[in-house]
Amino acid sequence: MPATSKATRESHARVFDLDVSSLRELNQALHNLAPGSNETAWEVLHPKGSHSVAVGVDQPVSIDVRGSVGYYCGGMNSGSAITVHGSAGPGVGENMMSGSITVKGDASQYAGATGKGGLLVIEGNASSRCGISMKGIDIVVHGNIGHMSAFMAQSGNLVVLGDAGDALGDSIYEARLFVRGKVDSLGADCIAKEMRPEHLELLQGLLDRAGITGVKPSEFKRYGSARTLYNFNIDNADAY
Amino acid sequence: MCGIVGLFLKDKSLEPKLGAMLSEMLVSLSDRGPDSAGIAIYGAPSSNEAKITIQSAKPARDFGNLDTELAKAIGAPVTIAVKSTHAVVRTTPAKIDEAREAIQALRPDIRIMGAGDVVEIYKEVGLPEAVVDRFDVRKMTGTHGIGHTRMATESAVTTMGAHPFSTGADQCLVHNGSLSNHNNVRRELVREGMKFETENDTEVAAAYLSSQMAHGKNLGEALEGTLSDLDGFFTFVVGTKNGFGVVRDPIACKPAVMAETDQYVAFGSEYRALTKLPGIDNARVWEPEPATVYFWEH
Repeated sequence: MPATSKATRESHARVFDLDVSSLRELNQALHNLAPGSNETAWEVLHPKGSHSVAVGVDQPVSIDVRGSVGYYCGGMNSGSAITVHGSAGPGVGENMMSGSITVKGDASQYAGATGKGGLLVIEGNASSRCGISMKGIDIVVHGNIGHMSAFMAQSGNLVVLGDAGDALGDSIYEARLFVRGKVDSLGADCIAKEMRPEHLELLQGLLDRAGITGVKPSEFKRYGSARTLYNFNIDNADAY
Repeated sequence: MCGIVGLFLKDKSLEPKLGAMLSEMLVSLSDRGPDSAGIAIYGAPSSNEAKITIQSAKPARDFGNLDTELAKAIGAPVTIAVKSTHAVVRTTPAKIDEAREAIQALRPDIRIMGAGDVVEIYKEVGLPEAVVDRFDVRKMTGTHGIGHTRMATESAVTTMGAHPFSTGADQCLVHNGSLSNHNNVRRELVREGMKFETENDTEVAAAYLSSQMAHGKNLGEALEGTLSDLDGFFTFVVGTKNGFGVVRDPIACKPAVMAETDQYVAFGSEYRALTKLPGIDNARVWEPEPATVYFWEH
């Protein structure tokens, strides 16, 4: 890296090297941020698969994590913009409230689980249970997602540019699922639905927010709830 | 929870470092399981000797003079290398089964950890760091190895309940998960003549694979069988004399990450276990697919 650019970076970003500082120190420093703080750019070096990197951040700062992380990166994020320049372990962005998380590599299981808001972008593939029990988060996956994704998904949008594994959207409530490739199988009470103009518009907005170009909303299929399992009906007992 | 690791070397120049690399991988996962830890190392083959790894709670009493008594009992030369509570007995390959029986007759309190042409197995109660230090695992050389750090669920925290489990010559297995039909499968395997040392579910998985391979299946085919015949949660990493395999159950709750370069294939419960491997930044790193068998052979 040229010296000038390094100098520029250091003058703006607060750098935490996890080879030197502890994870606790990093997260405590992030939690100590007061509203309006000038320390708006953070950089985390050598995460080496650490768990819980940048969990519970509640200020609108940007955090660049240079490397791969373990469990729960960015969990409960509220307003910060986190970029993982590597892959993420299980539960990235779990229970995110707002803000954004971008994973440049792959994500392991239950990415975005129970997320209530914000945008989670996975530039590689996500594995099983992506968006499980999502409650309002938007998730955009450039690659494929694994089995049991969007299980019991309640609201929000899951956009998949690649393929989806088995049992997509099992027991889904009102989340919207958009898949561009093939779906191995749909879960109980999840059905393909008509793509109406408002859905094309919504999807274009999601692709725009995720910075995706060259992909048209009309290339996707929409899936959602058949709403037959909302109230117990003895005829549906086998589906539960 | 449990943490499991595996390392299969393709580049011979890394073989002197196998023990050090595998130890580093296992220690990095210590907080996945504090109860016990174990490691199996596949060393260089030798045409004129085979090995039995034995364990005793009273090594001074049980290992003392065992070489002389055992040599006399089986009529073949015997050497014993003691490492803490374990010892590796070496004798001629043709005498290995006889030696195994003679050890148990001479010293009823000794437990057999495993046997074969190349494998050595060390496992004890305690953290991975303590276990690899106790057995000097970092200095061991070899072609491949597997390791485990345990958070016990299905049976007691004892040396014999630690992984790896070995139920056939040069075969061993580590497991993250829990099996729900192990009692049934154990009964069927006992009927076939398999012997069990514990009530542990993982020992059943190891014996299942040994039984399948004894019936002529290769490692890949035997692992394929676990998907239909074993019920429960599992990520298995398995070693054979010249092979290394991985399989996850179809639900795939138990975590797994793999890395491959020109020099090695590595497995870890988490990416943390792989971060110190040479060339990891440029390795192909991926999450093994559910219900999919992966195996490599030398």
